[in-house]
Amino acid sequence: MIKSYKARRIISNTIIYIVLAVLGIIWVSPLVYLVLHSFRAEGLATVPYLIPHSYSFDNYINLFVNTGTLNFPRWYLNTFVVACCACVISTLSVLMVSYAFSRLRFKSRKKFINVGMILGMFPGFMTMIAIYYLLKAMNLSQTLVALVICYSAGAGLGFQISKGFFDTIPRALDEAATVDGATRNQIFWKIILPMSKPIVVYTVLTSFIGPWTDFILCKLIMGDNRDNYTVAIGLQLMVSNEFKVNYFKQFMAGSVLVAVPITVLFLMMQKYYVEGVTAGGVKG
Amino acid sequence: MKYIDYKQLNPFQKFAYNFTEFFKKLPGRVAAFFKAIGRFFVKLFTGIGKGVANYVTRFIKGDFAVKLSYLIFGFGNFAKGQIIKGLLFLATEVAYIYFMITFGWPNLSKFNTLGTVETQLVDDGPFKKTVFGDNSMLILLYSVVTIAVTFVVLFIYITNTKSAYKLQQLKSEGKHIMTFKEETKDFLDGKFHVTMLSLPVTLIAIFTIMPLIFMILIAFTNYNKSHMPPGTLFTWVGFENFSQLVNVTTGGKRGVTFIELTQWTIIWAIFATFTNYILGMIVALMINKKGIKLKSLWRTLFVITIAVPQFVSLLLMNQMLQVNGAINILLSDITGQEVAIQFLNTNALMARITVIIINCWVGIPYTILSASGILMNIPADLYESARIDGAGPVKQFTKITLPYMLFVTAPSLITQFVGNINNFNVIYLLTGGGPSTERFYQAGYTDILVTWLFKLTMNQQDYDLAAAIGILVFIVCATLSLITFNMSKSMKDEEAFS
Repeated sequence: MIKSYKARRIISNTIIYIVLAVLGIIWVSPLVYLVLHSFRAEGLATVPYLIPHSYSFDNYINLFVNTGTLNFPRWYLNTFVVACCACVISTLSVLMVSYAFSRLRFKSRKKFINVGMILGMFPGFMTMIAIYYLLKAMNLSQTLVALVICYSAGAGLGFQISKGFFDTIPRALDEAATVDGATRNQIFWKIILPMSKPIVVYTVLTSFIGPWTDFILCKLIMGDNRDNYTVAIGLQLMVSNEFKVNYFKQFMAGSVLVAVPITVLFLMMQKYYVEGVTAGGVKG
Repeated sequence: MKYIDYKQLNPFQKFAYNFTEFFKKLPGRVAAFFKAIGRFFVKLFTGIGKGVANYVTRFIKGDFAVKLSYLIFGFGNFAKGQIIKGLLFLATEVAYIYFMITFGWPNLSKFNTLGTVETQLVDDGPFKKTVFGDNSMLILLYSVVTIAVTFVVLFIYITNTKSAYKLQQLKSEGKHIMTFKEETKDFLDGKFHVTMLSLPVTLIAIFTIMPLIFMILIAFTNYNKSHMPPGTLFTWVGFENFSQLVNVTTGGKRGVTFIELTQWTIIWAIFATFTNYILGMIVALMINKKGIKLKSLWRTLFVITIAVPQFVSLLLMNQMLQVNGAINILLSDITGQEVAIQFLNTNALMARITVIIINCWVGIPYTILSASGILMNIPADLYESARIDGAGPVKQFTKITLPYMLFVTAPSLITQFVGNINNFNVIYLLTGGGPSTERFYQAGYTDILVTWLFKLTMNQQDYDLAAAIGILVFIVCATLSLITFNMSKSMKDEEAFS
């Protein structure tokens, strides 16, 4: 009886291993395909076989040398600058809002939190069209400043996770500092922030990654001003019908150049995310 | 059931009890949600009433300076020695009056017509000259700005009267009146929340709340490519845009498009949510099963696809699914004959199925990520007692795992559903809405409402129609979100699955 139980378990585990392996291959193979073909030397846009016959760095080099019509380095720089600026503003907003909601007690705090949570649940996509008009009226459409504003303006609404984290820091610390004569401003900068490294890192990384992956807003704001594109719409342009034949291999290379740093940052963030959420989850 | 009865149940009975109770209470919760909205409005109006009453009492009880501060901002502060604060109040008043005369009123006065003077070509000697008339879009936008500014000033005005009255009370009680320096210092301590919140709240008000109001107003105008400022004016049309969408007889092609795309959006959201959810959970279960080794390797294989930006993976998928793309090549290699399936471009059903399948590739890793944590929390004795009673793995899944997960994740399921209604990326990057058709107005078979909205704005400049679609989607999503919000709030209070 015991033996058959064991045998059954071995069989079921083997089946699971096989299924997982097959699924794993399905999930990873597009990415492998991407990387392999970004080094493909021969052929134009597509080749009638799966594994390239010869490899070279030409696609990557072309991406940075051949910038006459499609200026990939410029897009990369644009995205980097926008991501940095947006990252600073949104991190500050998020931390400020969550500190105020978590540690300070003031009239209608609950109301603010509720309104904030409800606003945060509304899909951001709905207001984008109107933001576009607003930026147009401000004479900011098709500029990078507009992008920074869009990516960071609503950031304050994403306060829940860091608020949860701040809630777990014992209030006794604040009280002790107050007794010693510290103002709430000093408490924020000198006590709470140094203690919240995981959540600060998490917030910085999420807001930095945002502009790299966003697509809709940027396309809406930039229109046909190719100089101010970010990598996302730039790469989409490369596979549009107009450019696909000549630029497909460079699209692959460019995608790898975007995906690698984002993947690394994401995996880094994951560690902090788990720490931040589990710590923040204790008190809801 | 009393608490003591509940405590005596075995875990399995507790679970069954909680599970049935959850669904029994669901209609009540939905009703409670609408009641809460009603209560909110009652509260709002009583609040306003109270505010007005206080405003009047302050005026009656106040001394001469307080009374004058109702007309001249900051006068109460001047009279009690708070010169700088008083000046700030006064400056606000002056600035507001200037703003209204030069900018606010000229726009606001045209708000009900949105401009009457057309842009015209006038003979100017041998040439024609353009004389610009009113710009309806700017009138509407600036009116919204003016109204927003007016609300802010109203708030400052009320603060000013409150402050004047408070100073009078402090003085009569002989208490210390703060100097300006002390008050600014207070912003770093006692009023630190004002310092912390003012910047984010301002940004949110300008770039989230004001755009929303503007967009809602646009839906009631005829701002489209044949009424395009500054060339031509647009004006209010009431509910015409909505009736075009909902009514096929008045709307024609647009009505047909809206109805069919709504159906597809709902089908899409249901399939996208549940395929991801159930399949993702099955994979998560397999990874977390006792005795399976290399757990973190399996998890990383899936999670790494989340890390790659969606626009990269989806654009790549789009290319791989073309007639001469990688998938067809793979199929040719396997079968040994030429395969050229049109996944995305010709057949509507084929394209829709492909989109749902590819969405599994995108979404399942997310489910795995969130499900792993929850699965580990399911009490092991539930499974043990089930096994003793002779339940096989399938039965354990349908009777324990699935209900448990549903119970814990029901709110997030609704959030995901809302997310899928707005899942712009997958549709737009994968198919671009295609295969296109003559039956629809500027849309293809796989377009969902939000991608249609996006196309109308970007390519057609049918802003009025787009805004109306936006509002309809918004109402559905907001209702679902608020129900979720209520549910997750009430669920926190419950002692679920102890």
